[in-house]
Amino acid sequence: MSHSLDAYLVLSALLFAIGTFGFLARRNAIAMLMSIELMLNAVNLAAVAFGAFTPQLQAHAALIALLVMAVAAAEATVGLAIVIAIYRNRRTPLVDEYSSMRE
Amino acid sequence: MSPPLGPALPDLALPPFIPFLNWAWDDLLFLILAGVMLGAAIFVVIGRDIVRSGVAMMLSFAALAGIYVLAGAVIVAAAQVLIYIGAISILILFAIMLTQSKSGPLGLVFHRQAWAGALAAVGIGLLLIISVVNTSWPLAVADRLWSATSEVALLLFDDALYVFALQVVAVLLTAAVVGGVFLAKREDSADPGEPAPATLERVRRPVDATVADQA
Repeated sequence: MSHSLDAYLVLSALLFAIGTFGFLARRNAIAMLMSIELMLNAVNLAAVAFGAFTPQLQAHAALIALLVMAVAAAEATVGLAIVIAIYRNRRTPLVDEYSSMRE
Repeated sequence: MSPPLGPALPDLALPPFIPFLNWAWDDLLFLILAGVMLGAAIFVVIGRDIVRSGVAMMLSFAALAGIYVLAGAVIVAAAQVLIYIGAISILILFAIMLTQSKSGPLGLVFHRQAWAGALAAVGIGLLLIISVVNTSWPLAVADRLWSATSEVALLLFDDALYVFALQVVAVLLTAAVVGGVFLAKREDSADPGEPAPATLERVRRPVDATVADQA
């Protein structure tokens, strides 16, 4: 099971689906950011799995995963700063309370 | 049993297969890690207490680091522990604790349209799984390979494309740090000689009040 590419890819698909649900359904902005991290992890797992089973891609896949991690760190920094800035104005982390741009 | 993985595993006194189950040991490890990872991820998504969700996210990241080791990508597993468990999780936990409010209506975890999100998530998961299972990967070898960390380093610093990507990521991280500090900076503690935040605040409040009145 751990010797087949499909097992890793199915695991990655399941993790991505869980992250998608969390991003679409949660009300808390930070929970949405955590779901985005789960989705990025799923993408990383797929890249690493392809690299582990393809000799031409081996080192490339590890590098792509590392670059995705760096971009995820940048995204988390800016995203959390935005959430904190909004929280300071609106006093709530729930995204469906941020309705002043709807009018 | 496949040929031994990696450099010089010590000669363990275990049978090559699990007794009575006929599984290889790394299959059992893969199942355990995958179960822990998916269970923790589901708890992240549906947990009521967001602090517990954050801690479960760290558990999910840790199990995923174990899966990286099983897939032979040791350097990625090390970076996962350092960056995700060490840095991003702590950042998110701090943000959770900065935005906890007892006054807000925190009882409801999901939107009212959460069923549509669930539908979309199940759809995308089924789509991905069906396409993965029905695709034959012509370049994939039968068993997984261990990647040498030295090859990764050579590729990172020899290949011009990856050197460029490294520089771009460095600039991006710097910009993200500066932007994060700028966004999260407390505006009301700015010195009074700076007029912009005060006027912004003065404009924003009446707009909110009128919106609340209309609603």
